[in-house]
Amino acid sequence: MPVLEKGSEKVWQKRDRTQALLSWLGWLVGAAVVLFCWQIIADNTNWSFVADAPEQASHMIARGIPPNWGYLNTLWQPLWDTLNIATLGTLLGVAVAIPTAFLAARNTTPHPIVRYIALLVIVGSRSVNSLIWALLLVVVLGPGVLAGILAIGLRSIGFTGKLFYEAIEEIDPNPVEAVAATGASAAQVLSYGFWPQVMPSIFGVSVYRWDINIRESTVVGLVGAGGIGIQLQASINILRWSQVSMILLVVFLTVFVSEWISASVRRLLI
Amino acid sequence: MTQTTLPGRQWSPPNLIENPWIRWGLLIGGIIYLVLALLSVDVNPGRIARGMERGGQILVGFVQPDFFSRRDNIISGLIESLVMTVVATAIGVVISVPIGIGGARNLVPLPVYLVCRLVIALSRTFQEVIIAILFVVMLGFGPLAGVMTLVFGSVGFVSKLLAENIEEIDAAQVEAIRATGASWMQMLTYGVLPQVLPRLVGLSLYRFDINLRESAVIGIVGAGGIGATLNTSIQRYEYNTASAILLLIIALVMATELVSSAVRQRLQ
Repeated sequence: MPVLEKGSEKVWQKRDRTQALLSWLGWLVGAAVVLFCWQIIADNTNWSFVADAPEQASHMIARGIPPNWGYLNTLWQPLWDTLNIATLGTLLGVAVAIPTAFLAARNTTPHPIVRYIALLVIVGSRSVNSLIWALLLVVVLGPGVLAGILAIGLRSIGFTGKLFYEAIEEIDPNPVEAVAATGASAAQVLSYGFWPQVMPSIFGVSVYRWDINIRESTVVGLVGAGGIGIQLQASINILRWSQVSMILLVVFLTVFVSEWISASVRRLLI
Repeated sequence: MTQTTLPGRQWSPPNLIENPWIRWGLLIGGIIYLVLALLSVDVNPGRIARGMERGGQILVGFVQPDFFSRRDNIISGLIESLVMTVVATAIGVVISVPIGIGGARNLVPLPVYLVCRLVIALSRTFQEVIIAILFVVMLGFGPLAGVMTLVFGSVGFVSKLLAENIEEIDAAQVEAIRATGASWMQMLTYGVLPQVLPRLVGLSLYRFDINLRESAVIGIVGAGGIGATLNTSIQRYEYNTASAILLLIIALVMATELVSSAVRQRLQ
């Protein structure tokens, strides 16, 4: 333990001199980098807009309260679309992710080259946000729910696929060997050796992703891919803040309920 | 030994849900929902047929990424994204530490806990893009709105996980510090912080990754960064440029992910 001697008194210290200097240097460099970055942002900011931000915000809140309750009636259809985008998108993603995960897991892949291709699919899907997928798909498929479903599905492949193949790699090899020793076919080994072991985590991960997708599907509408985001965009464009606050309230409740469902299903599975 | 299988009896694997009523009810309910959901998806074959041509153009564009004709826009967009990420992660973590401590039930009284948990829940419910729109309305277009959005998202994420971490710490060390007559702050710095610091650094790096990824998206609604450049290039049908931007985003995200996961592994 480093001890500083002040005359006759001994003071305990957390770090010795070099450690302390290094730690200060680290903080200094970090702070300098952050300040430098902040400078760039400050240069690109129109401060006159920022100056009246509190006023804007208070306007926004004042006009958003109370929410326009009557508007709720026109929101049921978009809400139903949003739920469908999330659910069908998750199903689509999981349906593709399960075979991909088996190809990507070290203990089930037929060939290392196949493994790398499967990993590439997973990484590629994970790196592109669902909103960007939606942006591209709206160009191809036209605006609508279909583009949203595909965008959510494409993004979900990577997320669920990664967690699936990690679960497959972590299984206990003994039951698999036992099933194989009975002379079972490859399909039988898969369904009696692997499946029972990975099924709980596949269900758990899918439900977890569904709950994330509910959140994501509220925004794909902003680029035209269906759901409640379309109403949100329209209401913001015409500055109807009482409608915006109604939409945000509905989104908040939907996300809250879906999170609760997902958490209780996962608790049941474990 | 001869095999004695009773005729008409076969082994079948146990079911996930024991109660047959619930099992079949869920299954039938699920099928009805699926049918209704699929029926409500309107597919416009004419539009898709026309879109396929454009889809072909996109594919062609993606095989031939064009990094050069909009080089300056791409570079400034990428730099803006990185800068936004650095600032937002730093501010976000600084704000998250007190909120995370306040959200740990073993350190603070109930009212503080509830307030901090409410902040966390609010920040986690809304998708970043929705927050970004509101900030753009308030602060005008540009990177500042993006930074505020990312800070907002980071606070919910980092403080929730930090709070859970603090709740799981070893109470014995805290008690030992407290037994020396230490104040609350001293208990925090010598009893709690050393136990959660490695995790906090890991979380911050992880959030840095996420922020970089998000910064590519919130630009679509005007909050600065590479997303704005990407959106513009798609609107102008410059798919070669769009593909170059996407490839750069993927490369950048993967690079930071590799670095941050390597650092996180060394910390644990």
